[in-house]
Amino acid sequence: MDEKDLDLLRILEENSRLSAEEIATMTNLGKAEVEDRIRALEASQVIKRYSTVINWEKAGNGEVSAIIELKVSPERDFGYDRIAERLSRFRQVRSLRLITGTYDLQLIVTGKNMQEVSRFVSEHVAPMDRIRETATHIIMKSYKENGNAFFEQLETERLPYCP
Amino acid sequence: MRNFTSARAQEIPPSGIRKFFDLVLTMNDVISLGVGEPDFRTPWNICESSIYSIEQGVTSYTSNKGLQTLRDALSRYLAQHYNLNYSSDQEIIITSGVSEALDIAIRAIVDPGDEVLIAQPGYVSYGPCVTLAGGKPVPVRCVEKDHFKLNPDTLSEQITSKSKALIINFPNNPTGAVMTESDLKAVSDLIIDHDLLLISDEVYAELTYETRHCSPATVSTLRERTITLNGFSKAYAMTGWRIGYLCAPKDLCDAALKIHQYVMLCAPVMGQVGALEALRSAEEEKNSMVNEYRLRRNMFVAGLNRIGLPCHVPEGAFYAFPSVEKTGLSDVEFAERLLKEQRVAVVPGSVFGSGGEGHLRCAYAVSRKELNEALLRMEVFLSTL
Repeated sequence: MDEKDLDLLRILEENSRLSAEEIATMTNLGKAEVEDRIRALEASQVIKRYSTVINWEKAGNGEVSAIIELKVSPERDFGYDRIAERLSRFRQVRSLRLITGTYDLQLIVTGKNMQEVSRFVSEHVAPMDRIRETATHIIMKSYKENGNAFFEQLETERLPYCP
Repeated sequence: MRNFTSARAQEIPPSGIRKFFDLVLTMNDVISLGVGEPDFRTPWNICESSIYSIEQGVTSYTSNKGLQTLRDALSRYLAQHYNLNYSSDQEIIITSGVSEALDIAIRAIVDPGDEVLIAQPGYVSYGPCVTLAGGKPVPVRCVEKDHFKLNPDTLSEQITSKSKALIINFPNNPTGAVMTESDLKAVSDLIIDHDLLLISDEVYAELTYETRHCSPATVSTLRERTITLNGFSKAYAMTGWRIGYLCAPKDLCDAALKIHQYVMLCAPVMGQVGALEALRSAEEEKNSMVNEYRLRRNMFVAGLNRIGLPCHVPEGAFYAFPSVEKTGLSDVEFAERLLKEQRVAVVPGSVFGSGGEGHLRCAYAVSRKELNEALLRMEVFLSTL
């Protein structure tokens, strides 16, 4: 991993649909070198996949998300890893992190509607061994996801010319 | 009734881009590469701290020199980043943009009849400010062959017994040229031998893409005869905040301060608070903007060369300066027709003085999407010639 790789990652994180040729002219690298480097980053799983940031509220499909916090008794030899892995296999779990503070694990869970989210938490997550306590926070509105703000900003006026 | 306008006001030329300005206002869907300012918004941490200070009632005059906290932070910043050592108490004045810093620097040193050498192509204010101070602007031509750096031989030809000062601006608007330490060493002997004062406008210092900026006051013994000008507009996307600064040895600084306190009193306090926050916490934001300019530059300059407008690689600022000589059109004709026929606004190089003719200044401080669209339109325009 060098400065050139970091350059490619920053460019792709912002827009993964640029062609290797476009990226090559931006970075002053050859097209073949750009392709090779991206392939290597994919192979080493630094690039996990190419996806799209979607404002689902705007898409209006009625999905509901919640932040679920869990207190978990860690296991000897494994800590939180095994239970985290178990939780992460659920389709409904969009993100999962180990955190400091009152709770140990934090999940972002998405479901078709409120019932589906509550059922998932009460039937699948809460009864799991080693989970001592849960706290569920329904997300009412998203203002920013992964660096992307979801509100319109005013177009500011710029002079057409200034020396 | 008499004509009340002064001879000096009559003497300074009108803006070279006025007619383009009027034309563009009548048009829609124009892509403007004519704007010499960042397209980014000011980083929010800067805005937020200034808004908070207004809420707290920080709305009065500051000391003439500017907030002590800002001057202290600036003094440390300049030492760390450019190896420039200026005392925050005696050698720094916070000004209303670099524009004011330039004006008071020139008025502090120019007497009627003094000649002031100006490296050109260069920013449009230098000549008129010298004229307004009663001096005589003397262009020193920088040419493409030298990558628009200041050539010591050309400088030497223009020096006379009346020469008092030299104004330079690197990284340069409009050419994007930079001067390395060895480039500066080559002209420093002339400056010292002819006992000239140097005014160095370094407002694009943070925007270099190949090498770190070398500040002339750190070269040889130039510091004692240099007025260093810089500001927050370009590096931190803070053009509307109007915060610049002037650094110079105490006696020069005192002279400039006298003018500053009569004509400006102090720079706006909201802007000063924002500038302080910029130094404290916007390094990361600044770096990511600089990185984006670099990517755009690479893409845009490659594009210009591809469509047939030869362009050297500008190592600093955010301007490309391609030549239109091969097209047979003058820079003014080219810029006017490109605007009318393909709705792309650029500034003719001749606006920036001697050496700029036959070139266009294209600011790449616009989104990559707009740059690509501008290149397409320019390519279409070239195919109709």
